[in-house]
Amino acid sequence: MHNFDFVSPSTVEEAAAALQGDEAQALGGGQTLIPTMKQRLAAPTTLVSLTGIAGMSGVSSDGGALTIGGATTHATVADQAGAYPALAALAGGIGDPAVRNRGTIGGSLANNDPSACYPSAVLGSGATVVTNTREIAADDFFDGMFTTALDEGEIITAVRFPVPQAASYQKFLQPASRFALTGVFVAQYADGVRVAVTGASEGGVFRWSEAEAALSADFSAGALDGLSVSADGMIGDLHGTPEYRAHLIKVLTKRAVSAAA
Amino acid sequence: MPKDSGIGASSKRREDVRFLTGNGNYTDDININGQTYAHFIRSDVAHGTINSINTAAAEAMDGVIKVFTAADFAAAGGIPCGWQITDRDGNAMQEPKHPILAEGKVRHVGDPIAVVVAETLEAARDAAEAVEIDIDELPAVIDMKAALDDGATKVHDDLTSNLCFDWGFVEENREAVDAAFAEAAHVTSLDLVNNRLVANPMEPRVAIGDYNRSDDEYTLYTTSQNPHVIRLLMGAFVLSIPEHKLRVVAPDVGGGFGSKIYHYAEEAFCTFAAKVLNRPVKWTSTRAEAFVSDAHGRDHVTKIELALDADNKFTAIRTETYANMGAYLSTFAPAIPTWLHGTLMAGNYTTPLIYVNVKAVFTNTVPVDAYRGAGRPEATFQLERVIDKAARELGVDPAELRRQNFIKPDQFPYATPVAVEYDTGDYDATLDKVLELGDYNGFAARAAESAANGKLRGIGLANYIEACGIAPSNLVGQLGARAGLYESAKVRVNATGSISVFTGSHSHGQGHETTFAQVVADMIGLPEDQIDIVHGDTSKVPMGMGTYGSRSLAVGGSAMVRATEKIINKAKKIAAHLMEAAEDDIELKDGQFSVAGTDKSVAWGDVTLAAYVPHNYPLEDIEPGLEETAFYDPANFTYPSGSYLCEVEVDPDTGTVDVVAFTAADDFGNVINPMIVEGQVQGGLAQGIGQALRESAVYDDNGQLLSGSFMDYAMPRADDLPNLVVDHSSCTPCTHNPLGVKGCGEAGAIGSPPAVVNAVLDALNRAGHKVDHIDMPVSPARVWAAMNS
Ligand SMILES: Cc1cc2nc3c(=O)[nH]c(=O)nc-3n(C[C@H](O)[C@H](O)[C@H](O)COP(=O)(O)OP(=O)(O)OC[C@H]3O[C@@H](n4cnc5c(N)ncnc54)[C@H](O)[C@@H]3O)c2cc1C
Repeated sequence: MHNFDFVSPSTVEEAAAALQGDEAQALGGGQTLIPTMKQRLAAPTTLVSLTGIAGMSGVSSDGGALTIGGATTHATVADQAGAYPALAALAGGIGDPAVRNRGTIGGSLANNDPSACYPSAVLGSGATVVTNTREIAADDFFDGMFTTALDEGEIITAVRFPVPQAASYQKFLQPASRFALTGVFVAQYADGVRVAVTGASEGGVFRWSEAEAALSADFSAGALDGLSVSADGMIGDLHGTPEYRAHLIKVLTKRAVSAAA
Repeated sequence: MPKDSGIGASSKRREDVRFLTGNGNYTDDININGQTYAHFIRSDVAHGTINSINTAAAEAMDGVIKVFTAADFAAAGGIPCGWQITDRDGNAMQEPKHPILAEGKVRHVGDPIAVVVAETLEAARDAAEAVEIDIDELPAVIDMKAALDDGATKVHDDLTSNLCFDWGFVEENREAVDAAFAEAAHVTSLDLVNNRLVANPMEPRVAIGDYNRSDDEYTLYTTSQNPHVIRLLMGAFVLSIPEHKLRVVAPDVGGGFGSKIYHYAEEAFCTFAAKVLNRPVKWTSTRAEAFVSDAHGRDHVTKIELALDADNKFTAIRTETYANMGAYLSTFAPAIPTWLHGTLMAGNYTTPLIYVNVKAVFTNTVPVDAYRGAGRPEATFQLERVIDKAARELGVDPAELRRQNFIKPDQFPYATPVAVEYDTGDYDATLDKVLELGDYNGFAARAAESAANGKLRGIGLANYIEACGIAPSNLVGQLGARAGLYESAKVRVNATGSISVFTGSHSHGQGHETTFAQVVADMIGLPEDQIDIVHGDTSKVPMGMGTYGSRSLAVGGSAMVRATEKIINKAKKIAAHLMEAAEDDIELKDGQFSVAGTDKSVAWGDVTLAAYVPHNYPLEDIEPGLEETAFYDPANFTYPSGSYLCEVEVDPDTGTVDVVAFTAADDFGNVINPMIVEGQVQGGLAQGIGQALRESAVYDDNGQLLSGSFMDYAMPRADDLPNLVVDHSSCTPCTHNPLGVKGCGEAGAIGSPPAVVNAVLDALNRAGHKVDHIDMPVSPARVWAAMNS
């Protein structure tokens, strides 16, 4: 690891100002960033810690929406997002206790790992990503593997989830990392069903629109029977071929619907 | 009644107190005044020509002491190989030089090119980024068969090809084996891969070199399974340091599984650099470095054929194996696919004719050497897979086909057609035991229950035999070993009666400090806490060939028994003198010497005190003191055996395999500490199940290790395993060592992979999927692909 300065601001404004510095970078739980720095693949000169900012941590519920502070740990979401059980369960299934006690929702979304869990919940819920400068709809936020709509130095301060009538996240574990080899988040709202898929596509998290249409008409596993996902553009690696991932998407979507219904 | 101490007692592991409370003394815990830090710069390409290395900028940086390259080692030897194989034509294997730092060429990702030594590790790592290395990349040789094509790129320019050796065993049987196949009523053949593994012990490797100018003595602290072997190899072959000027210490070592047997470049580097710099030099491997610098294991590609007669008796076995050596020959590499593999191809069966062909191949990958089981898992996997396939083809019960071909208890000692003689065994007994404990007959009901839950259930069996307790020195000498494989022990009885045992065996998780003390305590009749086991330091222990091949108790323990017998004999002489009785009448029981038929007795401590305070002592007959050394060279290998039964559930939607039950019935001969044996088997099973379902070191065509971290290399975890049922009540003691022990360290890893794979294939075939084989790791994706092809 290279040397760096560490600042721990107490307001979002101070953090945003600190992030204007040359080679400054936000630090959430450090579960992704610190290992990268230890491997010398990243060498920010200043780390701006977000976890000490009052108001950026915690879960609040209000009129059908659940708002989670951008620096809220996975463990806190697992514990306190009872109003949205599928989301709490997703957070409780990330990594191990050490990772969940440090890692944050803002860090996970900003990183947008193609195998991460949270992006599927955000996209599958049509959530809103709130930053220090604007609000970004989920559909506009994710921009392919490891890329998002965030500007340089922009801070995710909160994420607002509309609470669905029913939802479920089904994660198929990659055997080594236990990230999602493929994961599917299904959420049913009054105005339709959303299906978001993580871990599978070279384009990162995406919505399976045919399944959404079928499930919006008939929210049952059987509604998916005739559908299939093309292997084109799916990830192929040590742990699974594109065909296998395409197949898993359908299996997991069915399981999610059965679990939610 | 279970005993509560001595042989047969499940004494608690005394070493766990320090391990579990953070008080272990591992190599990285050692820090020497004035110590410097070494950082290895390693190749990030698999194959290339080094055009230039410019160290000037790095050497000018703050805190940097020196940057070493191959030029600094011009006078040093290469890392030696400890075993020479003779090929089918009687020629010695091709043996390339293995330099400490790359000379002109890099040959695998991770091959060390230069080393920065600095005041701090961070300074060394910073400076490493300033070392300019210009490499022209060459095509990487990765696939073993392609490596043997005419005109293939050569890993070593000075060798004639990438073929290290082409070995035939037993070459004289070749034609008879072919003839048996021509006459066979049925032939089953199978192509399979034994997947390459990374040992991944919990503690990565560490080396600290220290040099003392005043007496010209070197000390190397290292994470080794055999410090004396390192002293011999490094002193004699690499650095030309006489053994009396070189001390090697391997303190607490956090697991090895074979990967810490070998002499590694980092050890020689730190020892050498310590003198050059006149400062201690420390290197601690990162996990990422371990993946590309610890020797890997397995990596065989095999075709096996089994011939059967009309009565389903095995008549012949023929195999052809490509064994990956990696880029250089690691210490024992050539012995693994040959003598530790070919000699096991008879398994537990009476097959009269066997021919094994092994082509060892150089590739641009990390060197491959022994990993828990070493050659024997590869043999067992082939055999137990092909037998299962034969049973399916013939429509017979796989347990019965095996039983029908077993060597029967009255046939021992049994000479196999592959040059070994099994002393004892009872294969029906372990098979019966495992079928009973695993409720083989109740499988149908469990399968029906799984089916009701939408799962496919399968059951898989495997038997194994292994050759442990390595090894008779004269025999291995004939087979190409460049070392003997005896073991030493020194038993020092202190004046007040407590005992220090210095053993050449090294404990790195096996629990020797407990087990070995139990043996000596039992022989004399003392409380176990009166005995301390000392190991891992060449300045304390007379000599040692170390720990691997399940040899510690069978060979090291035997040496300890012999030394203790000498002690007892001498102590009896002293006791006889003290009690004015005839030596032949002296009995030792519970730490008391008595004269047979009388009530005269004298305590152990009185005798030991007399030995050191010899006022009333037979000085004309015996020397004072009570300390004895013994070397033990085994007469034969030991042959543990067993039967393993695995039950799996396969999720037909995803191909996920869940091991729902696993039963192991082993014959280890006599057992000193049942609890430790159970733990050894469980650990081996975890690794074997890991190999079968998860672990795999995979290179891409460019020689990049795709599974180079725990993000992609899938270690088995506790929640991947069912409750492991382990039984070792079947016992046919070894006939040629004093304890009657056979060794238990590798069994689990040897017998379990075929049991798991057989179970998966059983599940699929029962469900109507005609699948003959799935290569390990049997991942969900592979199972799904097999079901849908
Ligand atoms: C062993 C292990 C297992 C894991 N398993 C899983 C898993 O199963 N599923 C899963 O989804 N994830 C998994 N993760 C990843 C984990 O969820 C991390 O918490 C997450 O990827 C990063 O969050 P962080 O808070 O630690 O971010 P950091 O590492 O601190 O930062 C990551 C990136 O986000 C930026 N950043 C951080 N916070 C913000 C913010 N509020 N606004 C803008 N940018 C920000 C940083 O600058 C950096 O670029 C695992 C990680 C580990 C180490």
